[in-house]
Amino acid sequence: MPFIPTTDGDRMAMLQAIGVPDIAALFADVPASVRISGLDLPPGRSEADVYEHMHQVSHRNAHHLIGFLGGGYYDHFIPACVDEMASRSEFYTAYTPYQPEASQGTLQAIFEYQTAICRITDMEVANASLYDGGTALYEAAMMAIRLTGRKKILLDSGVNPIYRNILYSYTRNLAVDFVEIPVVHGQSDRDRIVSALDDQTAAIILQNPNFFGAVDDFTDVIQSAHAKGCLAVMSVYPVSLGILKTPGKMGADIVTGEGQSLGLPLSFGGPYLGFMATRLAHVRKMPGRIAGATIDANGRRGFVLTLQAREQHIRREKAMSNICSNEALCALRALIYLSWLGKAGFKDLAHICAQKAEYAKTRLSAIPGVEIKKSAPTFNEFTIELPCDASGVVSRMIDRGFAAGFPLGRYYKGMENYLLVAVTEKRTREQIGIFAEALEGVL
Amino acid sequence: MSIMEMHFTKDHEWFRVEGDEATVGITDHAQQALGDITFVDLPKVGKVVSAHDSLLVVESVKAASDVFAPVAGTVSAVNEKLASSPELINQSACADGWLCKLKPFIPAMTELMTAEQYKIFLQEH
Repeated sequence: MPFIPTTDGDRMAMLQAIGVPDIAALFADVPASVRISGLDLPPGRSEADVYEHMHQVSHRNAHHLIGFLGGGYYDHFIPACVDEMASRSEFYTAYTPYQPEASQGTLQAIFEYQTAICRITDMEVANASLYDGGTALYEAAMMAIRLTGRKKILLDSGVNPIYRNILYSYTRNLAVDFVEIPVVHGQSDRDRIVSALDDQTAAIILQNPNFFGAVDDFTDVIQSAHAKGCLAVMSVYPVSLGILKTPGKMGADIVTGEGQSLGLPLSFGGPYLGFMATRLAHVRKMPGRIAGATIDANGRRGFVLTLQAREQHIRREKAMSNICSNEALCALRALIYLSWLGKAGFKDLAHICAQKAEYAKTRLSAIPGVEIKKSAPTFNEFTIELPCDASGVVSRMIDRGFAAGFPLGRYYKGMENYLLVAVTEKRTREQIGIFAEALEGVL
Repeated sequence: MSIMEMHFTKDHEWFRVEGDEATVGITDHAQQALGDITFVDLPKVGKVVSAHDSLLVVESVKAASDVFAPVAGTVSAVNEKLASSPELINQSACADGWLCKLKPFIPAMTELMTAEQYKIFLQEH
């Protein structure tokens, strides 16, 4: 039985109304090379057969590798309480349950998540979440354009190259003028950023720590931006905020980041979690849902979606964004994770990651031919220079049971010998030692 | 300034002229239809608009509505009091609840109504 409610006649009438010959014509903008020509599905099989098949397929995943791979997504430990609480049916099966009279639990969870994001970033308001760190950064760029009425955006090339690709592809048909400022020795070129600021600049986009792992304090750069009426957008790694100076303290106007590290498994690209926070003065130009606390007719504290006039279902094409959803379940995981750690635990986690990374630096820099620049402080990720091509090293390390890191040559020309190495609290001293020995063995 | 010297549009805006400056607001009928006004997204001084362009957005408990420019011009001032007291529009749509001023402005030749004509327009619609 087909579950398609329209008849062939209905579909023809609709196609004629919009003036296209057939359904395929609607997909003309999708390059043929990425279109599926046929699914080549075998005939149906029993549940037990399918289960066994999927089980075998899942074993082909390289789940045995010891991970030193980061690049914006990190292998952190997820306490059992995160799965246990987030999979409760009240949260897990609910679809956009935002009627306040029926959905106080979901709304409160979102409100508390927003509060947690504000606390770790030192910002004043956060939204209910966006798709991921990259699309959150795109939304921040568009928000800066709305707030300033300007079109130029200075983009530090230390911003995650995946995010920069998202910015370029999302804005391809929009009037946005990106000016990329190259890093020097893996650090932001603040003189060049400041001299490129002018009264046409909507925002500067910075990342801390940057893609090479360098930690910076952008307070001075942000002050220079504000002097030109320009906003500061900062993408941050949330776990680092346990010990690093926060974007709020640096004066950032819009803060975004990838929330995967807060209790979400690494799962081949998602679902992940984009977070966004800003100053109260800018809240009306912020995209996405916002849960707010209020008092009901009986004087009891309650929660509602608020400031919805910014959103698509009310403002149609004049909405602040086309975003019409959020990552509520992922945001809930982040909230459970952060609540479980607590303020002290969050700080401890950051310390452990930073200390283990420093130990890894010591071990790796002792390998003949490996060099680690000490020009900038780092958090849990750092760049090492190898005597040979990093992609080849990564392949050879897979054979030895390691995901060794991210070869920078993939996104940065001339950096073919550089490898980005990440260390989380999950890596033991012993694993780091074996990793160093294995790396020495494959050079 | 008496109501007789004001001009009205079919979109329920009013404006009155003082020298080369036009003060713009929404009508009492409009504020009643919108209900309690909660926020006014005021334009930036210097914004240039043509007649019928969206000038600003007024949010109420019921809706978010564009206010269209009744005449073309350049925004020369905005009613800063509305940032903290948007209810001024409900209390005094045609006086203290003014929205912004346009200077210079280009008077539109058609489609404007006097207070009397607007009253009849409201009765007919």
